[in-house]
Amino acid sequence: MKFTEEHEWLEEDGDLIIVGITDHAATQLGDLVFVELPEPGTVVSKDDEAVVIESVKAASDILAPIDGEIVEVNEALVDNPTLVNEDALGAGWFFKIRPSDPSQLDDLLDEDAYKALIA
Amino acid sequence: MSGLKRTALHDSHIALGAKMVPFAGYEMPVQYPAGVLKEHLHCRAAAGLFDVGHMGQVIVRPRSGKLADAALALETLVPVDLLGLGGNRQRYGFFTDDNGGILDDLMIANRGDHLFVVVNAACKDADLAHMQAHLGASCEVELIEGRALVALQGPMAETALARLVPGVAAMRFMDVATFGWQGNGLWVSRSGYTGEDGYEISLPDSAAAAFASALVDMDEVEPIGLGARDSLRLEAGLCLYGSDIDTSTSPIEAGLNWAIQKVRRTGGDRAGGFPGAERILRELAEGTARRRVGLRPEGRAPMRAHTLLFGEPDGGAPIGEVTSGGFGPNIEGPMSMAYVATAQAAIGTSIYAELRGKRLPVTVTAMPFIPANYKR
Repeated sequence: MKFTEEHEWLEEDGDLIIVGITDHAATQLGDLVFVELPEPGTVVSKDDEAVVIESVKAASDILAPIDGEIVEVNEALVDNPTLVNEDALGAGWFFKIRPSDPSQLDDLLDEDAYKALIA
Repeated sequence: MSGLKRTALHDSHIALGAKMVPFAGYEMPVQYPAGVLKEHLHCRAAAGLFDVGHMGQVIVRPRSGKLADAALALETLVPVDLLGLGGNRQRYGFFTDDNGGILDDLMIANRGDHLFVVVNAACKDADLAHMQAHLGASCEVELIEGRALVALQGPMAETALARLVPGVAAMRFMDVATFGWQGNGLWVSRSGYTGEDGYEISLPDSAAAAFASALVDMDEVEPIGLGARDSLRLEAGLCLYGSDIDTSTSPIEAGLNWAIQKVRRTGGDRAGGFPGAERILRELAEGTARRRVGLRPEGRAPMRAHTLLFGEPDGGAPIGEVTSGGFGPNIEGPMSMAYVATAQAAIGTSIYAELRGKRLPVTVTAMPFIPANYKR
């Protein structure tokens, strides 16, 4: 699993990458009450706004961590946004992306570097 | 969090794992480990304990010894029938300004030889100065120091509190009474800010932690932070001062007509005689150009304060603005409070809210969003 400074996690799933937010981010946001997912097929560049989330406190954006095509989204979050709080690293994933430049993954943080970031 | 005041329950909040935030000059719990959604649902299903010790507790005592003198004096600042407020009863009111705006909202209790007033934390210094300036000739106005204030709210609040203080079971909505607990005087009202049955309890700081812990140790009772306090009051359709009402809103625009009793209205024995009376009485008779309403968005996206409202799906000028909004855990969807042009304020009217560049449909909806559960 790799991480971004924006508190996202990325995990390889065949030739796709699964993207979610970390436990740390979910705890900071508080209970999620709304998730707006992109349409599958959307092509995004790194740092494009990909998902809108709202917690009991405020709205925020999840940015695309790499360039690529979003091929699948986690529809279960639409009716049950608190899945993100309950299982941020598992059932609370947001989307799967097909990277157009897999070398971008090399720039991401490993687990130790991410832990140091939030320490 | 330097420079912030702490309530008598500060150490209790830390021990319960609260996340503390700055609020109105105090360090206050915004949530406990359960989180805002679970706290909210627990309060409506069982009972929740809130620290409201940041609010101002004020005693207004008539120099003459006659309560009527204090009631009449406070009536010069508040458009409410206080002379008619019975012993051991409480009433909602607001301080108005010369323009007919709202300086603060407050609860006023008749406690026999004095009036007991509870005001918002952010306004308490200004409210105290306002009362001292205008009531000082006939009343002593004292901000009470050294007393905590907690609220116990929810359908099991009576069961829980009556274990410590049996007498509270006989109280009705908006009653006030004094009880003893372990040698401490409790000033209790049967009221609150959640739409649920429940109590607010003023007690000495020195007893607050033990009292709170005796309640939280009960199976029915969980501590509730400011986050769920806000979603509970919004579902109940209750105004938040500084968001839904302030000096730019009149009580009539805010739909608080019910709080102005007949005797203070045109034709009543003590009509007017409060700041801004000319505008407020005129608006009571003639209506207002805008009104506070409830809104239910069609989708799941919460529409928060300052979201602009439109009459059309495209174009046109805004017809209003959201003043509070969020997700309602019991209604399982988003809800907002807003001011809209009176022409679009009827229940059931479809209007649009602009969110992230898109106009989304919302419906003007009766408040409260959930039925109140008071013990009348």
